[in-house]
Amino acid sequence: MEIVRKWIQTIMALLVNGSWSFPFTRTIYQGPLKVVCSPGLNCYSCPASTTYCPIGSLQQLMAGIRIAIENGQNFFGLYVVGTMGVLGGVFGRLICGWACPFGLIQELLHKIPSRKFSIPQKLNYIKYGFLLFFVFLLPLTVVDKFGYGELWFCKYVCPAGTLEAGLPMLMLQPALGQTIGLVFFNKLAILVGFILWSILASRPFCRTTCPLGAFYALFKKLKLVKLRHIEENCTRCEACHSVCPMGVKFNESPENAECISCLKCMDKACKFDAITLEIAGLPMGSRAGARIHRPKQGEVSM
Amino acid sequence: MSMGSEKKAKRVRIAPFITILFFLIMGIVGIMTGEVRRVLEQAVQVCLSCIGIG
Repeated sequence: MEIVRKWIQTIMALLVNGSWSFPFTRTIYQGPLKVVCSPGLNCYSCPASTTYCPIGSLQQLMAGIRIAIENGQNFFGLYVVGTMGVLGGVFGRLICGWACPFGLIQELLHKIPSRKFSIPQKLNYIKYGFLLFFVFLLPLTVVDKFGYGELWFCKYVCPAGTLEAGLPMLMLQPALGQTIGLVFFNKLAILVGFILWSILASRPFCRTTCPLGAFYALFKKLKLVKLRHIEENCTRCEACHSVCPMGVKFNESPENAECISCLKCMDKACKFDAITLEIAGLPMGSRAGARIHRPKQGEVSM
Repeated sequence: MSMGSEKKAKRVRIAPFITILFFLIMGIVGIMTGEVRRVLEQAVQVCLSCIGIG
């Protein structure tokens, strides 16, 4: 299953970055596919990007809401939030585990041999602050004399934008090098920080900072596709704890907002059919070949 | 598995469908207001200041 997931992650990364003419055009793809939402975090200023980034678009719409209203245009972000909501309602954070290019990059970085560290659970809440303030409130309320706000998350934080757009654009158009300043070096430092952190800890950006992950996490109880814990089969052996890339203790909190439905707990860890995939409440099956087991009182697996 | 928990296990959850329908309608309203064109206009331009350049 893990190989299937890696393939799907790779295919999704190639689909949302499917324009490879940029070495000749020296700019980004500008075709009609850019009305399609990238399910994962993928900068639309990336030269290869064929879709729009919902977080970037949402900030653009929030930043320009005053000017749009003045011009009689009711652009409140309904199309973007609607698209994100449909994706969240169907998949939730399964998208983080299966369709996010930046998630894939972090997973590959984490394969580099080194001492590994956990991430304190309290840091998980920071991403909701980024979603609320950097994506909605600051672009909406802090405006210049023309009434236009800034894209706070893209401009000051997003390491995916630096990696996928900032650095490639500097290579494609070297003259842009004359315009870089403190903001760029700040973002470069954030990128380097997350690269190093990703080597030492699993998916640190997804867990602490990603506003798109925070948005999808809001659907933890409402999403169509989710993992279910079957109490009757669980031996509390805690095998599911050790394999989770997001630090979720699945048998203790099966509806944890951090679960990215990567299925490692179901496929690799649980030997007792205590974890199953469900769609709209209907079980779709669990680990292939798992032996049905009725644990006796006090029994744990090794 | 007891009868009660078996029934619970097979119950279709309605909440996801209501959620999806809600956001689908929201998206359609966005399309009707012409927001798609605005999103496209933004997405085809390189926003240098947005990526920390300029």
